[in-house]
Amino acid sequence: MDARTAEFVEYVQGGGQVETGDWMPNDYRAKLVKFIEMHGNSELMGVLPEREWILRAPTLQRKLALTAKVQDEVGHAQLIYRVVEDLGKPRAQCLQDLVDGKAKFHNVFHYPTKTWGDVGVIAWLVDAAAIISQKALLKCSYAPYARIMKKICWEESFHILHGRDVILTLMNGTDEQRELVQEALTRWWGPLMQFHGNPIPAEDDPMVYWRIKSQANEGARQQFLDGYVPQIRELGLTVPDPKLRKNDDGVWEYTEPDWEELKHVVTGHGPKTAERLELRRRFLEQEQWVRSVVFAEAA
Amino acid sequence: MTIFEIFRQERRGQPFAHAGSLVAPDSVFAQAWAREQYGRRQESEALWVVPREAIHEVHDFPDELNRTYHRVDGYSLKAKLKEARERAGTSAA
Amino acid sequence: MSERARQLLELADDELILGWRDSEWTGIAPSLEEDVAFSSIAQNEIGHARALYELAAHELETTADALAFDRSPDEYRSAPLVELRRLDWAHTIARHWLYECADELRLAALKRSSDDELAGLAAKMDREEVYHRLHAQMWADRLSGEERFERALDELWPAAVALLDAELREPYAQRIGRALPSNSLLQGLERGTHTDELPELWNEMTIVRRSVPGATW
Repeated sequence: MDARTAEFVEYVQGGGQVETGDWMPNDYRAKLVKFIEMHGNSELMGVLPEREWILRAPTLQRKLALTAKVQDEVGHAQLIYRVVEDLGKPRAQCLQDLVDGKAKFHNVFHYPTKTWGDVGVIAWLVDAAAIISQKALLKCSYAPYARIMKKICWEESFHILHGRDVILTLMNGTDEQRELVQEALTRWWGPLMQFHGNPIPAEDDPMVYWRIKSQANEGARQQFLDGYVPQIRELGLTVPDPKLRKNDDGVWEYTEPDWEELKHVVTGHGPKTAERLELRRRFLEQEQWVRSVVFAEAA
Repeated sequence: MTIFEIFRQERRGQPFAHAGSLVAPDSVFAQAWAREQYGRRQESEALWVVPREAIHEVHDFPDELNRTYHRVDGYSLKAKLKEARERAGTSAA
Repeated sequence: MSERARQLLELADDELILGWRDSEWTGIAPSLEEDVAFSSIAQNEIGHARALYELAAHELETTADALAFDRSPDEYRSAPLVELRRLDWAHTIARHWLYECADELRLAALKRSSDDELAGLAAKMDREEVYHRLHAQMWADRLSGEERFERALDELWPAAVALLDAELREPYAQRIGRALPSNSLLQGLERGTHTDELPELWNEMTIVRRSVPGATW
């Protein structure tokens, strides 16, 4: 490692902040772009499982709340891709790579949504898992990203409340409605446990090394379980993992998540991956004329 | 397309602080889009929407010769005050 | 049903169905910034529908949600213009602009109503609609002259005229700068008839609600 890079590493590990115009090692820049781009892709792809339920929302209040939630996610994608663009990769390129299957997005957005129960479980638990990851980015060494994370975390706070409100209403409703929640929880538990990634120790995690993330994968998962297993159980719901328990050291034990499934899914082979990317591609192409005419963007 | 920087004022009387950026074909679109991205929850009192090229960053402020004369930390009056009080006989008993 | 309730339902149904159609763009609009902006418009439309339903619900002794979701498709009073599924940007903006211009006239008339509640709500909605109109005009200006857009305007013009009550049609034609279509062209587009697209929309819109009738969601 050259002296300048070593100095940079010491600087960020000491809490130093980096701005767009600052010198940064190529490795840092490359890791940053990849990580942030994946985040942007995830916000954008997260819209697709939820948008069909906007159309099916069973009350005016739920329709408004769900539309607003998904709107926030599109807004987050906008903020995030701007950061990537200022680091050197144009948004159009990111979107093209996404539909071409060359870029990644989080596992949870590759799965189908089947019922209104999914709407509740996603807003309550999937968003909760995501917020834990996002809070770990508030102190990101790359300042422009840390700054947008503040707005993102602030907006996510209503998502969780909305999610919990949907779930509580269902749980206080009919047997059928309670069954919607349990069934959705059972289906989503596997992907949720995989969400934070396999437990790379902090000292081996490049994201922690460069102070892009302030929390390693297992820490995030433990935090999620700590916060949400009690919330799940107090409603009388069953987590579909007989091994799930908090041991005497305060550490949650659980059935080893299927890391092969995670790898398989994030490399573009999830149950809904192809269909959702195709929808994106279709509209990207259909409305290219708007960008050419109005935005004078080269096709 | 132009990059526009958005500054928002959280409440009346407060300074405008940088909030983010967006890409738009012109100022009309930029304002319409900034309104929604930074104000749809009525979370901002007002916004400034400025083309990035209008913003000029200035940095590097050298003080090689330690110019404390125009800073509060350049003044230590304790010893002089003690001497003046003793001279006037007004020191605390 | 009183004339007042009927009028409220007309407006509410227009806003609900249009808001539902506009929310179809969530996540797939031509740019992310526009996606966010257009979603606000869709939400406002649903919000206006809700306020209008609430007024009608009070009189009809029911709830806003019941009015929004529990009627059968032929009981809705929406105009054909808002029911059409046109998930392409040229048609969407054409409809958006035509609708906002028509709604401006309609709201102006309502603001003059001797019914204080109705006039008050119309004023509140109008205050939000200012930004819808700015948005629609911004896009109409940009797309003016574009073949796709002009064709969409031609296609939607008769349905847009049919949305308004007779006395507002001439001022509307003047505002848009087009001649009023002949009555034969307005056949089948008048309020009271529905497009064959409404049943599919209604089906999707009410599928969850109907899955457990009477439940709280």
